[in-house]
Amino acid sequence: MPDDTTIAAKTASVRRPLAHDSAAGHVSGLARYVDDIPEPPATLHACPGLSPAGPGAIRALDLAPVRAAPGVVAVLTAEDVPGENNVGPVVHDEPVFPERSVDFAGQPLFLVVAEDRMAARMAARLAQVEIEAADGIYTVDKALEAGLELHPPTKMARGDVESVLATAADRIEGEIRIGGQDHFYLEGQVSLAVPQEGDDLTIYCSTQHPSEVQMLVAHALDVPIVAVTVEVRRMGGGFGGKETQAAPFAVMAALAASKLRRPVKLRLDRDDDMIATGKRHDFLGRYSIGVDDQGLIQAADITLASRCGFSHDLSRPINDRAMAHSDNAYFLPAVRITSHRCKTHTVSNTAFRGFGGPQGMMVIERAMDAIAAKLGKDPLTIRRRNLYGIGERNLTPYDMTVEDNVAPALVDQLAAEANYADRRAEIVAFNRNGRLTKRGIALTPVKFGISFTNTFLNQAGALIHIYRDGSIHLNHGGTEMGQGLFIKVAQIVADEFGLPLDRVRITATRTDKVPNTSATAASAGTDLNGRAAQEAARTLKARLSDMFRRHTGSKSNIIRFADGEITDGHLTLPFFQVVSLAYFDRVSLSATGYYRTPKIKWDPEAGKGRPFLYFGYGASVSEVEIDTLTGEYEVRAVDILHDVGRSLNPAVDLGQIEGGFIQGMGWLTCEELVFDDRGNLKTHAPSTYKIPCAGDRPERFSIRLFDNENKEGNLYQSKAVGEPPLMLAISVHSALCHAISGAGPDRWWPNLDAPATPERVLRALTEAKAQ
Amino acid sequence: MTRSAIRFVHRGAVTTLDGFAPTRTVLEYLREDLHLTGTKEGCAEGDCGACTVILGRPADDGTLRFEAMNACILFVGSLDGAWLITVEDLAGPDGTLHPVQQAMVDHHGSQCGFCTPGFVMTLAAYQLAGAEAEIGTINSWLAGNLCRCTGYGPIQQAAREVAGTDQPSWFAQQIDRALPLLQGLVRDTVDVAGANGRFFAPESTDGLADHLEGYPDATLVAGATDVGLWATKQLRDLPHLVNVKSARDLAEVTVTDAMIEIRGAATYTDAVPAILADYPEAETMFDRLGGVQVRNAGTIGGNIANGSPIGDSPPFLIAAGARLRLRRGDARRELALEDFFIAYGKQDLRPGEFVEAVLLPRRNPDTLFGVYKISKRRDQDISSVLAALAITVDGSSGLCTDARLAFGGMAGTPALARHATTALIGQPWTLASIRQAKSALAEDFAPLTDHRAAAWYRLEVAGNVLERLYWQHQGDNVATAAHA
Repeated sequence: MPDDTTIAAKTASVRRPLAHDSAAGHVSGLARYVDDIPEPPATLHACPGLSPAGPGAIRALDLAPVRAAPGVVAVLTAEDVPGENNVGPVVHDEPVFPERSVDFAGQPLFLVVAEDRMAARMAARLAQVEIEAADGIYTVDKALEAGLELHPPTKMARGDVESVLATAADRIEGEIRIGGQDHFYLEGQVSLAVPQEGDDLTIYCSTQHPSEVQMLVAHALDVPIVAVTVEVRRMGGGFGGKETQAAPFAVMAALAASKLRRPVKLRLDRDDDMIATGKRHDFLGRYSIGVDDQGLIQAADITLASRCGFSHDLSRPINDRAMAHSDNAYFLPAVRITSHRCKTHTVSNTAFRGFGGPQGMMVIERAMDAIAAKLGKDPLTIRRRNLYGIGERNLTPYDMTVEDNVAPALVDQLAAEANYADRRAEIVAFNRNGRLTKRGIALTPVKFGISFTNTFLNQAGALIHIYRDGSIHLNHGGTEMGQGLFIKVAQIVADEFGLPLDRVRITATRTDKVPNTSATAASAGTDLNGRAAQEAARTLKARLSDMFRRHTGSKSNIIRFADGEITDGHLTLPFFQVVSLAYFDRVSLSATGYYRTPKIKWDPEAGKGRPFLYFGYGASVSEVEIDTLTGEYEVRAVDILHDVGRSLNPAVDLGQIEGGFIQGMGWLTCEELVFDDRGNLKTHAPSTYKIPCAGDRPERFSIRLFDNENKEGNLYQSKAVGEPPLMLAISVHSALCHAISGAGPDRWWPNLDAPATPERVLRALTEAKAQ
Repeated sequence: MTRSAIRFVHRGAVTTLDGFAPTRTVLEYLREDLHLTGTKEGCAEGDCGACTVILGRPADDGTLRFEAMNACILFVGSLDGAWLITVEDLAGPDGTLHPVQQAMVDHHGSQCGFCTPGFVMTLAAYQLAGAEAEIGTINSWLAGNLCRCTGYGPIQQAAREVAGTDQPSWFAQQIDRALPLLQGLVRDTVDVAGANGRFFAPESTDGLADHLEGYPDATLVAGATDVGLWATKQLRDLPHLVNVKSARDLAEVTVTDAMIEIRGAATYTDAVPAILADYPEAETMFDRLGGVQVRNAGTIGGNIANGSPIGDSPPFLIAAGARLRLRRGDARRELALEDFFIAYGKQDLRPGEFVEAVLLPRRNPDTLFGVYKISKRRDQDISSVLAALAITVDGSSGLCTDARLAFGGMAGTPALARHATTALIGQPWTLASIRQAKSALAEDFAPLTDHRAAAWYRLEVAGNVLERLYWQHQGDNVATAAHA
């Protein structure tokens, strides 16, 4: 690609650390979110009524007191769904409103529509609901016991695992429990549905997947998809939590708007949002690893079991990805990975940054630490020894060859730059001095596959208009949730046209501009939409180049767009002038672009194929100190080296790395989802569910970009960055284990589960002392 | 004189407002009535800071005192006499960003942008306060604002950049304009009656006492860090709210030779400096209690009066031997603070009575003091256990002559550990004695297991922090920098 030739231009914006396109709007409060859109006249407000218990049959649902409450205009139930009563995105197993029985405590039962939001919320609590509560299955353990799974266990295997395990020099076995995570996007779920002419409906929605919202609304209303338009300007955070979870509430708002012929807004209260929407799957991981006397893995038998909740949602691909990341960056010569997708009577768990990958990695990283402890080695030695090779030892458990492996070089560079060996020696000495604090350090790598595992999702479209003054309207199927997608795509398009960035107007994602889009997910937003937009721009550039040649008589094959001008090297015209010439010459100044990821294929039944175009790599060193009296701890220092290929926008990429790390650290440390023994979520607000705050950021925190380029012909040799950094935080958990091990005997390693709350750390310390 | 409307300064003019529902929040007022949507709702319970606004009030020295507040649980009635500043008010007339806003842009402090207005307002309050650029100070200021995208580093950088800088000319002019407007707002008793109830804000403690005698069923509200949630989360009908913070003389903090008298409506921000002068060991606890917005709004009296078993200040005050002065009409009575808490949800508070003052004895210099807050997250988290330990050791004999071991999170009320105390008094100040006291704690408390912590953990750490106090006394720095 001739990309880097344009970068020399004065107007070039690719590779510059540009601020988020909405930064000025964010800081001044002028960036508009769905709830900030001026309400159309006669807007009503909706609130779902949640089931007080579950699972169980609905014995009585008396909504008369709700209807009689002040301000109430209507109450909707399953009977008010003219089309399909379903919001299940893949398998149709999730009702908008349940008809005869509820599946979990907190499931929406009905919808109140009132003149104002408070009236709707108050009325929703007046329903007389009687659930004939049955004994539910709420945990992975109980589901495994009962054999309650969404579908039979899935396997991914290679080689004769049993016999290699039986003959290996040493065998290391263990298990780890990994908690879930609430997305805690700062902007909760919100939709505003506005009826138009006939059966047309426009929905302003905070969603990562406008096309799916559009489709599910159309099906529920029994109208063609074309009748529904969904617009997303921006989300106040998504993290996977608005991939499928926006749809139920958008559908509810649409049902009400359609029935009442008035605009209806549904903005969930934070507690309702946390109770009624899915989260990251919690996992149980078991491993049995055979190693030689140097700790080199000969065979690995890994079992994963996850809590999927009451319906499928995206659990199948999420657990597929967990399996496909059970190797992380390590070569497993003989391997068997078994995955149980447990069905439970809890909210249906869903996409969350990493999409199962983080949980898969946690299991193998625990195994690495356990191997090292058993052999009395530095865990880094074991990790380093087992990394995928270059040109050999490079076949994944799903038979994809790792062709772009930079993990050994990256890990070595980080270990040297972070002074890992000396710091570890100091820590080991520190832990021998009998003080009441213990320290720990760990270096863990990340290798994360980029592309949707569902191959068909790897497509994207874009739409570009050039107006007569040369200003550019840019639209594509990706959505902006803070990750910097819009600025990156705008940078690419601006550079294609050789224009300053401010000539490219970023516009809201709309289903009537680019149809049939995939969710903005899988870290692939820029890879897909950036390429589609580039294609659209190149189509327009070809037309403008022809126009230039026709007008100037140039015979050149090489027409350059740079610095606001179009030139063949001899003759030069301003961009806007060529645009104007094209208009009068009746040349179309609007074009679509389309992109599909090459090379990939995936057979989920066989667990084989090339699900990913390439891998993103990274590694981190974390150092912690724990208080052995209370289990409280501090993350003292973090060093990160991360591979984003050649960065399109280093400011955006560094922001994703730091934010992803802290979010991952929250998942593994202070964020604890607690359900009671009736399946009720007890931590459903920031008062009880604690995401990291400013003081949790390590004071010494170094983030550097690894010098690399994406060899798969990706945009400007860049790599995706959204999800991989989250998993860098695994080093925090591993370092906590190291610190705890400092209170126990040699060659002992704690069974510390996640999240590593002070309570879990203290329990592990108690076990350390009991050894 | 009594007014039937509140008056406050907003956008350069005095706003007069009446007829509002007593539980109408400032956030609802801004977003729904004024269509000023820059201020966001993230949680509606004062925990995420997305709704942060600044209130400016005239200080005694003729300047303005600026305080960051959570608009989501701030009742509109409490705006009386204040200047309400929102994110829309910071930029210059030509749209030039305020330096705080520009620093957030320059350091990439926003990603999704939804928490950003709240951070901008907290940072503006930080800058207005002239706070220092030290990381601990910055984190203390930022603890009441949650960001899910950035990892906070860029926001900390923005804080460093604006620390100690001056206001831009346009904002300095706004301050100059607001001050005389505010000084012109005479403080009167406010009595607003609306369709949905009554908001009464007495100008003095005497006025409060009179009113409560007549309306003993009225709901008292101070910082609304708890009552606010009754409205926004429990959707309770609170038809008659009485704002104790409007009573000017109820916010006073007076230090005498014998006593620190913290009157009932003094906020943490008002009272903590005087407390820490005598009890520096409580600094970390108060710094970790809520965020700056909560410490600006919340009162120590309210932390006691609401009777929560997990409030952080009561165990500290009990350990320090504080007494409570309650008032009904002109009648006053005093009791030891521990006796105020009778059982879970039950306090020794009679109809029409209110907390007039907390009487904290001056520090006995011979007493060892330790205040330990144990929580899942270091900052702005409700404690699993709050331990406040006051132990007096006789210098010559080495024996413990007195001990007050107070705990929160261990029972239905904040409480003294009487068995552990008995085990310790008269014994030498040694690890062996402490371990005796630790095992006696099991006779004092049978804590709950809940979503914050398990019973075993609460009991274990409650004992272990006794040991921590011992080691700290030995001069060993045992606690981690993160939590101690």
